[in-house]
Amino acid sequence: MNVNAAAAPIVEVPIVDVRGIGKSFRNGTVALEGIDLSVAAGAFLSLLGPSGCGKSTLLRLIAGLTPPSEGRIALHGVARGKIGFVFQEPTLMPWATVWDNVYLPLRLMGVSREQAAPKIEATLASVGLDAFAKTYPRELSGGMKMRVSIARALVTEPQLLLLDEPFAALDEITRFKLNEDLLTLWQRHQWTVIFVTHSVFESVFLSNRIVVMTKRPGRVAADVPIDLAYPREAALRTASDYTALCARLSNTLAEAAA
Amino acid sequence: MNHPARFLAPVIVGAIILFAWEAAVRIEGVPPYILPGPILIAKTLWTDGPSLLGSLAVTLRITLAALAAAVILGGAIAVCFAQWRFLEVSFFPYAVILQVTPIVSIAPLIIIWVNDTFASLLICAWIVAFFPIVANTTLGLNSADRNLVALFQLYGASRWQALRFLRLPSALPLFLAGVRISGGLALIGAVVAEFVAGTGGSSTGLASRILEAGYRLEIPRLFAALFLLSLTGILIFAALSWLSNALLRRWHESALPREE
Repeated sequence: MNVNAAAAPIVEVPIVDVRGIGKSFRNGTVALEGIDLSVAAGAFLSLLGPSGCGKSTLLRLIAGLTPPSEGRIALHGVARGKIGFVFQEPTLMPWATVWDNVYLPLRLMGVSREQAAPKIEATLASVGLDAFAKTYPRELSGGMKMRVSIARALVTEPQLLLLDEPFAALDEITRFKLNEDLLTLWQRHQWTVIFVTHSVFESVFLSNRIVVMTKRPGRVAADVPIDLAYPREAALRTASDYTALCARLSNTLAEAAA
Repeated sequence: MNHPARFLAPVIVGAIILFAWEAAVRIEGVPPYILPGPILIAKTLWTDGPSLLGSLAVTLRITLAALAAAVILGGAIAVCFAQWRFLEVSFFPYAVILQVTPIVSIAPLIIIWVNDTFASLLICAWIVAFFPIVANTTLGLNSADRNLVALFQLYGASRWQALRFLRLPSALPLFLAGVRISGGLALIGAVVAEFVAGTGGSSTGLASRILEAGYRLEIPRLFAALFLLSLTGILIFAALSWLSNALLRRWHESALPREE
C-alpha cells in the first residue's frame, strides 16, 4: 500500500464488496448462500474451504464470468481489463508461443505488438521466463506453464488478481517456489489478491487474511487475520508461530467441513 | 517398430500378392478378359498410359475443384453454424439429409438440371465431399477450451476476436482431419458422377474410360485405369496428410513425434 493512502483521512472503500450473494445452478444445486465479503485494496486474501464449497464459483462471480442468483457484487476502482485470472490448469493456447500467450490480454484490448513488447518482456522476466519467449507450451514443464499463465494475468498490470487453486496440480518443491515468487511480486506491485485454495499451509504462508468457507452450500465460516510479517521466506515454513496458525486454521477448516 | 520395417513390411506384402496373382493367372491359364495378370496390366499402362492420363486430368480437375469448393464453402458454413447457433439448428439436419442420400440417385437429376457437364459433375462431387468438413469444423469451433473462453470474456473480447484468436485455431486440427476425408470423397464423388454422366456419353474422365473398357471387354485397360484412380486417391490423401502435419507440427498432439 502506498504511503500517501495510509496518511490520508481514512475512508476505506473496499476494492471488492460482496453483499448477500447466493448462487444456485439450474440443476437445483445451491453453491453459495448469504455471502458477505469486503476486501480492502492491497489485501492478500485466501478463500479456504473443502472441495465443492463453492469457493471457485465465488471467484468466478467476482470476476463477472457468471451472474449471481441473488445479492450484488461491486468492484471499486477496477478498470476494464485490470482483473487478472489464473485457473487451476495453465489454460494456455497450445498453438501460440509463450510470448503470444502473454500478449493475448493486450491484443484483445487492441494494443499493437510493438507497443506491447516492452511490457511482455518485463513480465516474462519477472516470472523468470525471459529465455522461453519463443517456446511452445508443450515444451514446458507444469511449473513453467503455470508461470506463463501468471505472466499472462500480470501483463495488464491488474488491480485485482484472482487465482483459482493455481498450484494445486504441481509438486511441492515447485509449489513452494511459486508461492515465494508470487509473494515477492505481490510485495513489489501491491495488487489485491484473492487466492482460492484447499491447502491450509499454502493459505497461511501467503495471505494476510483467510476466509474459511463451509461445505455446500458455501457460507463464510470464519474470517481470520494472519499477522505474520512480510517478507515471508522459506524459513517461515518451519517457524513456530506459522505452524501454530496452521494448526488453528486446520481446526477451523475441520469444523467448517463437518 | 523402427522406420525401415514400417516402410518395408507393406511393400513385401504387396510384392507377395502380385507374385501370387501373376502365378495363379499363368498356372490356371485365366484369359485376360476375365482377369489379366499384373505384368499385362503394367504393359497396358505403359502403352495406354498417355491417353489414360489425359482422362485422369479431366477427373482430377473435377476432384480438386470439388475439394476446393468443399473447403471454402464447408468452412464458411461451419463458421456460420458456430457463430449463429440458430443457423446450425435450422440447417444442420438438411446437411445430413444431403449427405445420407446416395449420390448415384441424385446425380442424374443434377446432370439433367445443369447444362454444363463440368459444373454438374463438380456439384455432385461437392455434395459428397463437403459434409465431413462442415461436421468436423463445427465440432472444432464449438470445442474451444471453456476456461480460455472465460478469459476472452474477462478481457471483453468481441465475437470476431474470439473467432479469430480462439475458435479458428482450436478448430484447425479437426478441420484438417475433415479435409483429409473430403479429399478421398471428392475423388469418389467425381468418379460416381462421371459414371452416371458417362452412360449418356457426355464425359471424358477416367470413369467413362473404365465403363468403355468394360463394354469392350478390354479388361487390362480397365485395370490400368483402376490402378491410376487408386494411385490418385493415395496421392491426394498423402498430400493432405503432409499438409496437416506441416500445419500442426509445432503444437498439436497428433503431429508430435512418438516417444520412444
